Parts: sequence; C-alpha cells; structure tokens
Amino acid sequence: MAPPAQSQRSPSPSQPSGKSELSDLKLQLRKFAGSRAPGVDDSKRELFKKVISYMTIGIDVSSLFGEMVMCSATSDIVLKKMCYLYVGNYAKVNPDLALLTINFLQRDCHDQDPMIRGLALRSLCSLRVANLVEYLVGPLGSGLKDSNSYVRMVAVIGVLKLYHISASTCIDADFPSMLKHLMLNDSDTQVVANCLSALQEIWSAEASRSEEAPREREALISKPVIYYLLNRIKEFSEWAQCLVLELITKYVPSDSSEIFDIMNLLEDRLQHANGAVVLATVKVFLQLTLSMTDVHQQVYERIKAPLLTLVSSGSPEQSYAVLSHLHLLVMRAPYVFSSDYKHFYCQYNEPSYVKRLKLEMLTAVANESNTYEIVTELCEYAANVDIPIARESIRAVGKIALQQYDVNAIVDRLLQFLEMDKDYVTADALVLVKDLLRKYPQWSHDCIAVVGNISSKNVQEPKAKAALIWMLGEYSQDMQDAPYILESLIENWDEEHSAEVRLHLLTAVMKCFFKRPPETQSALGAALAAGVADFHQDVHDRALFYHRILRYNVSVAERVVNPPKQAVSVFADTQSSEIKDRIFEEFNSLSVLYQKPSYMFIDKEHRGPPEFADELGNLSIGEAEDNVVPSQRVEENDKDLLLTTAEKEETRGSSNNGSAYNVPYDSAASVFASQTQIESAISNPTTAGHSQQASFGIDDLLGLGMPAVPDAPPSPPQLKLNAKAALDPSTFQQKWRQLPVALSQELSLSPQAIAALTAPQALLRHMQSHSIHCIASGGQSPNFKFFFFAQKYKESSNYLVECIINTSSAKAQVKIKADDQSTSQAFSTLFESALSKFGIP
Amino acid sequence: MISQFFVLSQRGDNIVFRDYRGEVAKGSAEIFFRKVKFWKEDGQEEAPPVFNVDGVNYFHVKVVGLLFVATTRVNVSPSLVLELLQRVARVIKDYLGVLSEDSLRKNFVLVYELLDEVIDFGYVQTTSTEVLKSYVFNEPIVVDAARLQPLGPAAIFMQGTKRMPGTAVTKSVVANEPGGRKREEIFVDIIEKISVTFSSSGYILTSEIDGTIQMKSYLSGNPEIRLALNEDLSIGRGGGSIYDYRSSSGSGAIILDDCNFHESVHLDSFDLDRTLSLVPPDGEFPVMNYRMTQEFKPPFHINCLIEEAGQHKAEVIIKVRAEFPSNINANTVVVQMPLPKYTARANFELEPGAVGQRTDFKEANKKLEWGLKKIVGGSEHTLRAKLTFSQESHANITKEAGPVSMTFTIPMYNVSRLQVKYLQIAKKSSSYNPYRWVRYVTQSNSYVARI
Repeated sequence: MAPPAQSQRSPSPSQPSGKSELSDLKLQLRKFAGSRAPGVDDSKRELFKKVISYMTIGIDVSSLFGEMVMCSATSDIVLKKMCYLYVGNYAKVNPDLALLTINFLQRDCHDQDPMIRGLALRSLCSLRVANLVEYLVGPLGSGLKDSNSYVRMVAVIGVLKLYHISASTCIDADFPSMLKHLMLNDSDTQVVANCLSALQEIWSAEASRSEEAPREREALISKPVIYYLLNRIKEFSEWAQCLVLELITKYVPSDSSEIFDIMNLLEDRLQHANGAVVLATVKVFLQLTLSMTDVHQQVYERIKAPLLTLVSSGSPEQSYAVLSHLHLLVMRAPYVFSSDYKHFYCQYNEPSYVKRLKLEMLTAVANESNTYEIVTELCEYAANVDIPIARESIRAVGKIALQQYDVNAIVDRLLQFLEMDKDYVTADALVLVKDLLRKYPQWSHDCIAVVGNISSKNVQEPKAKAALIWMLGEYSQDMQDAPYILESLIENWDEEHSAEVRLHLLTAVMKCFFKRPPETQSALGAALAAGVADFHQDVHDRALFYHRILRYNVSVAERVVNPPKQAVSVFADTQSSEIKDRIFEEFNSLSVLYQKPSYMFIDKEHRGPPEFADELGNLSIGEAEDNVVPSQRVEENDKDLLLTTAEKEETRGSSNNGSAYNVPYDSAASVFASQTQIESAISNPTTAGHSQQASFGIDDLLGLGMPAVPDAPPSPPQLKLNAKAALDPSTFQQKWRQLPVALSQELSLSPQAIAALTAPQALLRHMQSHSIHCIASGGQSPNFKFFFFAQKYKESSNYLVECIINTSSAKAQVKIKADDQSTSQAFSTLFESALSKFGIP
Repeated sequence: MISQFFVLSQRGDNIVFRDYRGEVAKGSAEIFFRKVKFWKEDGQEEAPPVFNVDGVNYFHVKVVGLLFVATTRVNVSPSLVLELLQRVARVIKDYLGVLSEDSLRKNFVLVYELLDEVIDFGYVQTTSTEVLKSYVFNEPIVVDAARLQPLGPAAIFMQGTKRMPGTAVTKSVVANEPGGRKREEIFVDIIEKISVTFSSSGYILTSEIDGTIQMKSYLSGNPEIRLALNEDLSIGRGGGSIYDYRSSSGSGAIILDDCNFHESVHLDSFDLDRTLSLVPPDGEFPVMNYRMTQEFKPPFHINCLIEEAGQHKAEVIIKVRAEFPSNINANTVVVQMPLPKYTARANFELEPGAVGQRTDFKEANKKLEWGLKKIVGGSEHTLRAKLTFSQESHANITKEAGPVSMTFTIPMYNVSRLQVKYLQIAKKSSSYNPYRWVRYVTQSNSYVARI
C-alpha cells in the first residue's frame, strides 16, 4: 500500500523546494502507476493536481512525462482529464514521449462512452506534433461520422487543429469537403458553427496557395448557404449567432426586398442581452443598407436605443466596447445623436478612457440647439480633480467653438478659464484662444484684453508659451506691453529650453518690429544675435534667414513674415476620411476600439479572411507613383498640412473631429496659406499625383480618342470611355461589394503580353492608355492581381474589373461589374481588345 | 477566436492559464500584468479593457479583484471576447458558489475542466451552466462564503436585512447541500442603479435608472416560469412629445426608454399583458435589462454650502435628506467631496447624538469622507467641516471644491416602481411549492450634487 504522503495533501500550490520535490513526485507517481488497489485513484488525483498546479504557475514539470503517461491507465474520468491536460501542454516539447500517449488515446477514441471518445479525440489533436499526424486521420474520419454530436463537435475542431499541424494531410484527406457536408446537414447547430469556423479559417489560409480556396470561400457566402444559416439562426448559441451574423455582412443581396427580408428576420436580435450579438446585427444592418441612404438613416435611429441600453447595463468593460462603437457612429452621423447628448455626459466615477470617448462625442454632437448646455457641462469638468480630463474638457470647449458659427458665449467661457488661475487650465485655454483667433480674427479685441493680463512667467508649458508669444507678435499693435514682454523673454533666451518657443519668439519679435519699429529694434537685434548663435539648427537657420532678408529689403521681409492672413475656415482633421471609412468597414472589431484600421496593428498572417478592403490595402503597397493609395497616406499624415479655404466645407459635414489643437501656426505656414496654389502643390502629394494623372490624360486624348481600332468587331454599340475617369478607392470598394458580377470570363494572353508583364506597372500604363484605370494591383510572378475601373464618356456610369493573371498558364480571369448592366458586354469587348494589345509594340 | 485565457490574482500570479492555440508566447501573462499595473507613470489612469502590445491583443475584465484575461492576434469582435470573459466568470461562480481567489485556487482543476469545454481551439463551444454539467466531473470544494467578497449585484442582499436568506445566492448550482437535499427555490432580484446630477441650485440636471431583473433558479426539472410586470409598462419614448411623460411622474404609467432580454425569454404575450415566460437555465442570469430616463423622485436630496470664513479658513455644510418612506432604510451610505488642494486640516462637527457615523479627511487626495451606516427614511443629517488652508485662497472657492458624490444601497425599494406582480411556476404536483424570493434594491451609480 502506498503511504499517502501527508505533505501532498495541501491543495493550494506552493513553490516546490527544487529538484528534490520533482523527483519525489516522480517516485510516487511510479509507485501508483501499476497499482489497482482501492483508493489509489484518490491519491493519484492529489498527485496529478499537484503536477498541474506547478504547470500553471510556470514550473517545468515535463520531466514527469513518462510517469504521467504510465499513470494514465485508469477509468477515472477526472484523472483522465488531468492527464490529457498535462499531455497537451508538454507533447510539443517532448515529441518522442508524445508517441507514448498515442496508444492510449487511440484506444480511448473507440470507447463506449461518447464523452471519453470526444475527450480522447480532442487531446489527440491537441498534441501539436508534426510527425504524429498520420495517427490523426483515422480517428478524425470516424469522429466526423460519430453518432454523438459531442464527438462530431470535437472532431470538426480537430480537423482545424490538424490543418494547423499539417495542412497538406488535412487537404489530402479531403476533410474540408466533409466539413462542408456536415455544415449543411448536421442536426446539431454547434457542429454546424464549428464547421463554419473551421472552413473559414482553412480557406482563407489556403487562399494564397490553391486555386479552389477563393471559390470555396465565395461559396460560404453564397445565397443557399446564407439562407440555410439564416433560417436556423435562432437555434444557434449566442456565440455561434455572432459567427453567422459576421458571415452575413459579407453577403451581397440581389435586390432590396432581399435586404428587407434579412433585416426583418434579424430585427429581434437587437433586443438581445449579449452585446456581441447586438453589435454583429448592427453591422449587418449598416452594411446591407449602405447604398440606400434613407434606410441607412432609419437604421441609425433604430439602433440608437439598444446601443445606449447596452452601454448602461453590463460591466464597465462591456460598456466600453459598445461605447466605442457608438462613438464611431456619432462621429459619422453626429446629427442623428444631437438630441441624445445627455447620454454622453461623464459620470464622476467612470474611468478616463470612457470619459475621453464621451468628451469627443459631446464635441461632435454639439449644434446650435444644444451647444449652450454642452459647454456648460464641459465647464464643470474643467474644475475636475482629474487633471487630464479637465484639460481634455477645455480642449473640447475650444473645438466646439471652432466648429460653431455663434461663438459668443463660448469665447466668454474660454476667457473665464484664463482667469481661473490654475496653470494647466491657463495653458490649454491659451492654445485655444490662439486657434480661435486664427479662425475668428474679429474676436481679437475681447481676447487680447484678457490675454494681456496674463503674466508670461505663469505660463510654462511650451505649447501654451508659444501660443502666447504668437499672440504677442500678431497683435502687438493692440497690446501695449508687447514689445517689452517680448524683450524680457529674449533676455532669458538661454533659459528657454523649447526650440518651438524660441522659433516663435523670433517670428513674433519680427512681426512686432514691423508694427512698432522704434520700440522693438533693440529686442530684435538681441533676438537675431541669440538666434544665430543658437545650437538648434532650425532656430539658427530661421534667425539667419530673417537677418538676411531684413538686410536685403525690409518691405520684402514684412511681406514674407507678416503678410495679411486669411482666417482659417477649417482645421485639418487628424484622420483622413479614407481611414475612417476603413474603420467603419471593420465595425465590430478591434479597429473601432483602437481607432485604426486593422492593417496598422495586426500582423499580416493573422489578418484572417481578408475582406476586399484588406486586399486592396495589401495589393497597393508595392505601387509607386501612378496611384496614390490611401493606406500610404496615413503614415505621411503631414502634420504641417493646413487645410485651406479651397478644401472648404465638404470635409466638415461628415467628419468634424477637427483637431484644432495641435495645428502648427507659425507665420511661414500662413504665408503659404494665403497662396493656396503653391501650398497645396508643395505639401500635398495627392494633388501632385493628380496633376500627373491629368497629363497622362492629355496623352490619352492625343493617342487615343477612338479606342475601337479599325479592325474591331463592328457589332457592339460603340462605347466611349472617359480618359480622365476618377474614382476614389472607398467608393470603389463600396461599389465592388454592392454590385453583382455582370460578366466573368477567362481570357488567353499572348506570349508577348506575358513577356511584357514583368511587373504590374507595365500593364497599368498600357491599360491606362485605353482609358481603363487601375485602382490597385499586386502580386508576384506568376500570379498578378489587378483592380481596374473605367467610366463611360460624359456619364458617371462605372465599370469595375477584377483581373487575375497567371503568367505560367497565360490566362486571365476577368470579373466585370457595372453600374449599367446593359453595356457590360460592350465594355468587356473593349477590355478584351485592350488587353490583347498588351505587349504588342 | 482567442489564443489564451488566464486568470491573474491581484498580485499578478497565474491562478489558471490555458493556451488554446499556441500562437502567443508564454510570457504573455507577465507582459499583460506589467502593462496594466503601470499603464501611466503617474498611476492616475486605468488601463483600458483592451490593448495591443507587439501585435498581441489583450482583453481583460475585473471580477472581485481578479483579472480574467484573453489574448489573440486576430482582429476579433471586442464585445464578443469581453462578454465571454464575463460569462466565464459567471459560469465558474455558478459552479463554485463563491468566486474568489481562494475558491479558484482550491478548485483549479475543476476550472480547467470547465475551460476545456467552454472553449476549443479558441472558439466558444458553450457557456451554458446546464450543458456543461454533463461534461464536468470534478466536485467543487466549497469555501466559506461568509468571509469572502461575493460577486455580482445580487451580493448586496447578503448584508443587512434578516428577511433574506443571505447565503443562498452563494450556493453552488451543482454542489449538494450539507443535508443532502436540494432546496427548491428561485430568486428574482430587481436591481436598479440610479444616476442623478443636481445643479448647484438643487435642480435635477440629468437622471437615469439602469435596471436589471436578475434570476437565479435552483428548481429541479426546469419548470416554465411566468413573470408578470406592471400592466401599464410601456417601452420606447418614440412619438409623443417630451411633455407626455412629465405629467405621468405621479402615479401613472411607467415608461422604459428601452430594454433587452435574455435569450431564454419568450415575449409572446409581452405586448398583451406584460408577462415574460421562460424556462430558466441553471445559474445566475439577467432576464431583462432596462433603461429609464422618465423623471423619478430621487431618494436623497443633497444640499451643500461652502463659505469662506477668513483668509485661511472656510466652512463646508452638507445636508442629506432621505426622501423615501420611514419603513425603509438606506445602508452603507458614503458622502464624498474633494476639497481645495491647499486644504491642510479639516475639523468635523456632527449633529448631537449622531450614531454610526464617521468622518475622515483624506490627506493624500484632499477629500472629505462622511460615512453613515444607516439612514432611516424621512430623516435628515448634517455635517459641518471647518477647513484650514495652508495658503490664501484667491480664486473662487466653489471652483476648487466639489462636486459632492454619494454612494448608497436601499434594499426593498425601487425608484422606477417597476414590479414583479407575480411569479408563476408551472406546477409538477399539488404539493410542489418552491420558495420564491422577489427582492428589490436601489443602488447609487453616479449620484452627484454640484456646488
């Protein structure tokens, strides 16, 4: 009889004293291994528990592998489970020993009890050892056909596990098609759901490797499959419902009555207590109605209440996830939520990440009717004990001021902030007043009076100090002390650590000099001297530049440094609208919480089933000049870019998250601001791209007004394409998702064409000369993929093309979608003829 | 799809750790804990429930001081993962009776067993306590509930009032009672969290009720249950003018802004007679969540005054009046108020004969705290505090202090007047008469008076 070791009885894990403890365990396990004496199972349970508790806290107990396996011969299911858990954890690092377990696991796969069969099969597939895959195929095959749904459920996920260990084994055994059959026929909905998960994962991983994968993936969102799942949706567990709903967002209904059918069927899902189900349903509704403006609007109204309910029920974490989505919707359609602003008031006990979202929402929904109340509320927060939030609230007031036409009351409030005598409040308020003055110069009189009372000694933060100095320079004629304050600041030049402040000081003293020369001259001299001697390159350069331009001609200097300024009508947005659209497409995902599209934070191999948008992003990375791609613009997000009046109001309607706050405002920028043309040409690569395209366009006009060359087939009606067609990527994506495939065909390519197609760019230029423009391309030999578009001459009817070229088979798979279906055949002919001329000089 | 699941203690120890897909490196628990612990240098801000470190997304929810964490590398639905984590905590609680570090450590093998069935290769299989029963074989080791902090909103029933069987809510769904017999009973809790903001002049600026009807059933054989709510209950504010509901604040209809339901709930006759029918699954679950912005009578009226009394002194007077009937008591009331940063001392003065009250000046964050064990309906309490400043105050003192916030629990009282009119259990036999507990409670969510 084995003596039950008293010390092992303690159930809570304690640090093993070292090697001796492990070898002790080993010995005891050995003792029990062969024993069938009564009570042995209880002692084994205690031992196993101990081993697993060590495993949990991260102590390597893999050296017990052999003993654990020996002990596994038991009918006690609790013991079995512990053993399976252990084996699953260590098999990967002990592939040789893992072989020992195969035997008993395989035997258990044929057990009478379905529970044991399922457990054994799950453990068998969890070993993650490549050289054992041969042992998996048999049990998995019979598991999929098992009469018990638990076993089938486990087997389906087992197939997916096998795929990850050895994709070829899984595909060769034809498991995917078995899963497909199960998915469409099994009576158990969890089996169905698992099949769906597994197939999605397998086909998207295979997509790059096999020909059939994309087709199989398409098949998952085909009408019969979608309808089959939709009809059973209420049988699914809430988690599986989420899976199905996500799949439905990818489905393209053929007409609006289908859309309404789906929405009516899913309507009650919006009343579900599980936030994940509701958000998944919301996504379906939003995606389905994208092209139906009125209905889309109704959807917003409909989903408002359920989302607000979810925000206020559930744990803080759950409400945060929902609130982030609400935030996205508010940002897209602030007017829909403008009467619900009270829901976005902060509560004192909320975490800052929630308050921050709410402040942004309050800023967005502010309009003529609610601004007074919102600003009053925000002013309460400004006195908040939570300093970061207090500051954020002040900025929010400033942003509202910048987006409103009637800023009367707000200006007063902001000026009150300046008098509050809290240094951080003053700092933020100064920056805001400065931005406000850039937009509403007419308020300068009121503001300057208050700003003039602020002692520059109380302002320490560089941004605030820079703002104050800017105002001193800009309004030096109205501020009596301006030259003297600047002078005292210049005296302390060496103590000023921020280069930004020193740069501003230089410019401000220049401006002051032009307005009040006698009082400023000496200060200017001191500033230029200090600036030229400055160790900071920019400061040095600017001082030298001022010095030289002053020597050249003072009036030229004034025109450069202090030109008359136009008021800034809209401050540049921090995020481009393309980015926002991408995030919206990825509704109900992490993108919404992080406020960035997934390609910015997910590694490529984990991006999951790439949706269209994703492909577009990936494909375009290799591209150079012809097409400016949205994804690339993100990184360049040029902070020095000031939106000028030319870009005006249209940006506002959809997205006025105007980050007025950190927009640079030095005078150099203002010079450009007054010269719209130059500025946009210099700082906006997009425009540069456009003009380049435009010149291409001219070439086109010369080279080809008549795409149909003399020997073209005469039958189809003459279709003329617009050589200067333009379509932005997000519209393209939207259209691509909505339109049905009008034509799908396979074309053969000439050997010359294949020879010419060394890089995608070659074909791009060729097609462009035929007025067919590329919006995204990518791939490497032998597989290339292109998305083209073309526009009917003098009409806004578009043609969209997906073209996959395989150079080794010299074939092109072409899919055409068209706004106007009736002309798609004509366009196809045109496309074919354009393609056939590729490579022929 | 998640990659790993783990539970960490407050100190950051792994209590359970399950790796489902082997895509995320083993050290993830430490990386996570360090990130959460030191989110911002100043320690002022909490880490958000979801964040990304080196391509790994970390999700967490806090339950009774424990961190329930999931990791993944793919772009999943954050709601799904956070709901799942919360649900896993609930399933474990259903099994163990009490969720705490101690009970988890004692039952970690059982928890592993549960985790294996709840999630396979990162995909959720089931979170139904009932379904799981047939797959899980370990017996829970029940820990002493009395000295542990319980989980969930129903936990408030454990304190105070004798009428309620306090320990019942902490009993395991699967473990047998000491007597061997299982008691047939069902709990229905109507829990309302209220948020009110008073303006400095005492007007109500915003008010909201977030309610839940929570159910926990220990009935054998899963009988069908009918729950009848107020017949004059209506849902949705659509249509009517904003004044429609104002007139009803007396004794008229109850208007919910919106509500949602657990999936087991059938709403077939809800539109007709406001009854919900359901076959309650095992374990604790919310039958219905609702939200209401209809005007209601706030249970407490707060009055606060702060006055300068000389260059370095000021006086604060806080009055709290209970506006509910005298047969009802509020428990564990705490009133808090941030004081000016330059406050050096505070001397408190309670009304003569005050019992069960305590006062405190929290030096570190310059906060005044006033605790009252019990407030009887209809009564009024006053606190005076004389403040001494370390420097002369030159700004408006009301901008430097406040707002006053209040936390409380009022058992057997609900402000919305939503009621469970009856709770009908489909009878198995004439002698079948299980215990039914319908309990109401009102709690503060954000109860604030500005000064």
